[in-house]
Order: sequence, then C-alpha cells, then structure tokens
Amino acid sequence: MTVPRLLSYHPTKITASQREHPILPPLLEIIGLHTEFRTGAGIVRAVDGVSYGVEAGETVAVVGESGSGKSVTALSVMRLIPDPPGQITAGSVMFAGRDLLTLSEPEMRQVRGGEIGMVFQEPMTSLNPVLTIGRQITETLEQHRGLDSAAATQRAIDLLNQVGIAEPVRRLQQYPHQLSGGMRQRVMIAIALACDPKLIIADEPTTALDVTIQAQILELMKGLSRDRGIALIIITHNLGVVARYADQVNVMYAGRIVESGPAAEIYHDPRHPYTVALLRSVPRLDRPRQARLDPVEGQPPDLTRLDAGCAFRPRCRLADAGCAVARPALTQVGKAGHSAACFKAAA
Amino acid sequence: MSEPVSTEPLLTVRGLRMHFPVTEGIIRRRVTGEVKAVDGVDFTVARGETMGLVGESGCGKTTTGRCILRLEKPTAGDIIYDGQNIATMDTAALRGFRQRIQVIFQDPYSSLNPRMKIGEIIAEPMYVHGIEPDAGKRNARVKELLSECGLNPNFADRYPHEMSGGQRQRVGIARALAMNPEFIVCDEPVSALDVSIQAQVVNLLEDLREKFGLTYLFIAHDLSVVRHLCQRVAVMYLGRIVEMADADSLFDSPLHPYTRALLAAVPTPDPTVERGRDFRPVQGEVPSPMNPPSGCVFHPRCPMAVERCKQQRPEPREIRPGHIVACDEVR
Ligand SMILES: Nc1ncnc2c1ncn2[C@@H]1O[C@H](COP(=O)(O)OP(=O)(O)OP(=O)(O)O)[C@@H](O)[C@H]1O
Ligand SMILES: Nc1ncnc2c1ncn2[C@@H]1O[C@H](COP(=O)(O)OP(=O)(O)O)[C@@H](O)[C@H]1O
Ligand code: SF4
Ligand code: SF4
Ligand SMILES: [Mg+2]
Ligand SMILES: [Mg+2]
Repeated sequence: MTVPRLLSYHPTKITASQREHPILPPLLEIIGLHTEFRTGAGIVRAVDGVSYGVEAGETVAVVGESGSGKSVTALSVMRLIPDPPGQITAGSVMFAGRDLLTLSEPEMRQVRGGEIGMVFQEPMTSLNPVLTIGRQITETLEQHRGLDSAAATQRAIDLLNQVGIAEPVRRLQQYPHQLSGGMRQRVMIAIALACDPKLIIADEPTTALDVTIQAQILELMKGLSRDRGIALIIITHNLGVVARYADQVNVMYAGRIVESGPAAEIYHDPRHPYTVALLRSVPRLDRPRQARLDPVEGQPPDLTRLDAGCAFRPRCRLADAGCAVARPALTQVGKAGHSAACFKAAA
Repeated sequence: MSEPVSTEPLLTVRGLRMHFPVTEGIIRRRVTGEVKAVDGVDFTVARGETMGLVGESGCGKTTTGRCILRLEKPTAGDIIYDGQNIATMDTAALRGFRQRIQVIFQDPYSSLNPRMKIGEIIAEPMYVHGIEPDAGKRNARVKELLSECGLNPNFADRYPHEMSGGQRQRVGIARALAMNPEFIVCDEPVSALDVSIQAQVVNLLEDLREKFGLTYLFIAHDLSVVRHLCQRVAVMYLGRIVEMADADSLFDSPLHPYTRALLAAVPTPDPTVERGRDFRPVQGEVPSPMNPPSGCVFHPRCPMAVERCKQQRPEPREIRPGHIVACDEVR
C-alpha cells in the first residue's frame, strides 16, 4: 500500500484528526434520538437512544440486521416518519447549526432534497412512475433553485452526464420503468445531487442490484463524495461494502448503536459480541474455504418484547446473570473514538 | 467438500434452450421477437454434488432451474435425469418425477401461503402426492421435519407472518424435504436473509445434504456463499455458460474475463485489504437478451476484447481437465 494511494482514497484526512481534536461541531449530529411506533402488538421502540455524528466529507456506515432501526433513524433525520403510527419522542438532530426536529414543515422541505439528498433501496418506489426522468429532476431544481425550465433542463442533462448515463437527452424523456435498476439508481443519485447537497443519506442503495452494478454505483457515489466533499451515510448490511467505503462505522442492534468507531478499529478489533459474531459469520473469498460457517445463533429480537437487560443476551455466548440487570451503555473501548455497549467489552 | 459419491451424473443437461416469445398488442397479440433466456446450456451434476449457477440478473439461472423442474417445457435440448429425458416427458410420466426434484425459492415471504398454518404448508404436498395418506403419521412427520430444520415442532400451529425470514426459509426447506427428494433446485435460498441468518441456513443445507444424500443445483448471487457450498460452479452470461470448473479452480484461477469481473466486484470485509486494492468495476450493464450483441455477447463490456470478438462467437473449450471456458482469447 503506497502513501499516495491512501491519500487519494482519504482526501478527508482532516476529518479524522478533527474527530480527535474537535474545533467545529460535526456537519450532522444526532443526539439521543428516540422514535417509536404504536402497533397492535405493543410499542416498538425502533430507535431507542441513538447518537452519532457525521463530519463534513466523511462516509459513515450504519450496519445491523433488518429491523434494527437503521432506516427509522434515517427517516427520523429527514422527518419522514409516518405519524401515526410513528413518533419521534425525544432527541435532536443538529445539522449546520440548526435542530432539524424543530423546523417548520416548509423549512424542512427545503432541507430535504436540498442540503440533504436521499437515495433509497428501491428507486422504483421513490421515483414517480408517471413522470418522465427529466420532469423529476427539473422539478427539484425549480423548487429548490428557482431555475427556469430551460436552465433546469440543461442542468438535468449535466447531472445525468455526471452520474454516467449515456444519451442523457433521450433518457430525460423516458419513464422509470424503461430504465434498468442500476440506471434508476443513477437517476436517484442525480436527483440527490441536483442541489449541491452537503450530505447524502443512502439507505441500502445497492441491495437490489448485482455485484457488478453495486460496484459501479458505489464507486460513483464515493467519487462524487471525494470530488465535492459531500458527506455520505450509507446504510447497508453488506460488510464488504462497509469495509471498502466507510470511514466510520455504527453497528445497530435492537434500536441502539452497540458499537461505533473508525472502520479499521471495528474490523480489526471488534469488541461487541454481536459485531464479532457478525464478522465471523460471513464466508470470505480472500481466505481458505472453511469447513463450516460460524453463524450468529438464534433469532433477531422481537422489539415489542425486550426486557431490562442487554437485548443481545439470548444470542450472546458471553452472557451471564449480570447482563440481565440493565442494558449496557455505549462506553469507550480501545482507541479514542471506538465505543461499545457491552458489560464485557472494556479493556 | 465431500467427494461426489458416484461418477455417473445424476443429471445431464445438453443443448438446453428456452426461448420465450415476446408479444405486442392487447387485442390481437403479435409475436414481435424472442427472448433467448437459455440459449444452449450444457452441464452435468453428479449424485451428492452441489453445482453452483452464478451470473448477473436476467442471465437465465432461474429459467434453467425451472426447466429442470419442468415448470417450463424447454424449446430444445435434453435433460437426462437418472437415465430418463425429462425435457420431452408428458404430464403423466412426469408425475413420478416431480417428487424426486424439489425447489427452495428465494423469497421466504411470498412462497408460503399466508392463510395456511406452517403444519398444513408442510403436510400439503405429502397429502396431494399420496406420500403419507394417514393424517396422524403426516403430523408426526411434519414435527420431525420441523426439528430436522432447526425449528420448534410447536411451530406447526403458527402462521407464516408470525415467523422471521430465516424461520420461514427453514419452513420452505422442510416443505421441500417432505417429498423425500433426491435433487433440490435452490434458487437464491439465502439472498433475502439477513447476513447473521444466512450462515445458519447455509449450514442447515450442508447438514441435510450429508444426512439425506441430496444433490443440489445452487443458484446464487453471492459468490462467497457459492464458493463455500459448491463443488463445481457454472458462470452464466446472457443465456449461456461462459465458464465452468470445480470451485477451487474457478475461484483461485478464473479464466473468463466475465468471471474475473464478477469476482473483482465482490468487496472483501476487511478495510485494509480494500484500501490496498486497485479497483475498477466492469463497465456497462447486461444487454437485452432480445437483442444480444454479435459475436461474443460479452464483447461490449470486455476489457480483453479484440476485433475478432465482434464477429465470432466463442465456443466452450476444455482448457484444463474439467475447466471449460467460452472465450477465444484465453489460452
Ligand atoms: N415467462 C417468460 N416470458 C418472457 N421472458 C422471460 C420469461 N421468464 C424469464 N424471461 C426472461 O428470460 C431471461 C432470464 O430470466 P431468469 O429469470 O432465468 O434470470 P435469472 O438469471 O434467474 O435472473 P435473477 O438473478 O434476476 O433471478 C430474462 O431476460 C427474463 O426477463
Ligand atoms: N410504519 C411502521 N409501523 C410500525 N413499525 C414500524 C414502521 N416502520 C418501521 N417499523 C419498525 O421499526 C423497527 C426498525 O425498522 P427499520 O428502521 O426499518 O429497520 P432496518 O434496520 O431494517 O432499516 C422494526 O421493528 C420495524 O418493524
Ligand atoms: S452485555 Fe452481556 S449479553 Fe450483552 S453483549 Fe455484552 S456480554 Fe453479551
Ligand atoms: S471472446 Fe473476446 S469479448 Fe468474449 S470474453 Fe473473450 S476476449 Fe472478451
Ligand atoms: Mg431498512
Ligand atoms: Mg432468478
């Protein structure tokens, strides 16, 4: 590994040192977020006290199994939680000096698709099926930037070029169903880019795509982030994707962050038993074939039936009576910036 | 990992083609084209072996599986299963075969009837095919299958929506096993599952293979799971096999440019490895199978393509014993 290569991969070295010696508050800071859903089965505490920060230009990954609260956290930041049944019950989301949770709805609309762009897993559901690609991009530009129709169209063509869509003029006139899954995701990225965002939140942006197209889309997003200093939050369950692209990693389990830290720390010195088990469970192409996989045993938790103890307890090989008493808090382990929520993770 | 029990293939697929007509117009349907979903596929599967089938979406993996299950009647080719050609069998003759070849689907949500209890879902095929006419014995068998698949036998009284994705996939496996099959087409059986649950189901599939001497055709996107589970692997692109070899050769020394591109695209769960890697993903997308490129169908995306590739379609060649590659530039 040569130094120039490392630097070109990490143009945002400043952020790493800024994490250690903070001068400015982070670009985005989620503090003590609680979001719950009232369902027939009881109250689901989908997000149960989540805090994390995103520095300008950095890539933060959120991993964890389905239902652990990754999407609800992101939707809470964007204030897109359906109410009822959902409600943000506590916390704040500081973005560029303001608490997004206290903004009026018109102010929030300027943030969404303006300073914060969004890319979701299934672009078919987030693109409007009856509007042309062109209309969907120019609409954003007219709403947020006040461009006239000709200027907006020209900008839309530029954007499609930037996201690697060939024949942009023809594509502008097409409808979402006429594009492949990979191309629809490129369009979503173009829309997210339209207003020069400072942050893009991508929720499972490539889960539905082939590995080849997944690689193309992620390289595109990473390149844009690098060239323009856009911060990324990538929500995914793919540990390979996280290893390739993330600076910081937050591991979620049952509505909480159970481990958080720089990517290298999380992968090379994981402290939470869930993180350890998760990393162990995936077969790897770069290692000799194992006789047998080593899964995370047991089932994902039912969020309506959590007790007072550690939520990972039923699946944890290290659990003992002490783990039933309380839910462990996130505390520093190992190097600065690395923390885990486990009674046995310290040292 | 365990050596195939017998050298005589249980399944031989030869020259398999499945072409679907493409129609236009609502009132007067006209055939305007053809999708060559599977376009000349040859492979064998030995008894006790797990054969992997990989490739990008739309390359014909599921269609190949559906032909073997005879959910589709192939346009051309032979599917010799245990000495008999299922490709040309009529419905009556197929009846006996259906039981021997079963399927596990990708989506554990839509493949189970939401209005039936788990016990009924597993018992139904045994009843329909007359495998176990006695209701009491059928229930006992359901409980046995549930625990075989790592589920509490009491789950027989639950409904699918009361179970997690991993549990539902285990029910799908139990249902396939209820028929006492020899051969199971596993079509992306772990793709929809959480990473933490995938390894559980992979281990279960391995255990069952050993315990019941099963043979699998394992269709999947996730190449690291395929490497773990399969003895041999075929890589498909636009309806054809472009490379086929034993798993170790294919993953350790892939020869076809497409196989190399697929493997290169898989990120390793290790930031240090990833940062040290010079990575450029393969460009472009899979072309429409209705209008495939001339010559080698991979040429528009191939980093090794030369002029000749645009005209001449490469035929599969055995480059090393058991290692087949359809690319003229590989020597
Ligand atoms: N009944 C059908 N009629 C017309 N075209 C079909 C039919 N079934 C499949 N196809 C087409 O055949 C091609 C191969 O489809 P198939 O489902 O076998 O792909 P696959 O390799 O299983 O893809 P995936 O990875 O997305 O599951 C695709 O282009 C598909 O659209
Ligand atoms: N609209 C909703 N109504 C009720 N429960 C919901 C709703 N949206 C999400 N949840 C619940 O919140 C929890 C976290 O969900 P989510 O954030 O989507 O998980 P993931 O980590 O997979 O993105 C889950 O238990 C989910 O069932
Ligand atoms: S607190 Fe106890 S149960 Fe929870 S992860 Fe740590 S050891 Fe396991
Ligand atoms: S035949 Fe030519 S285009 Fe096809 S894979 Fe080989 S080098 Fe590439
Ligand atoms: Mg989600
Ligand atoms: Mg398929």
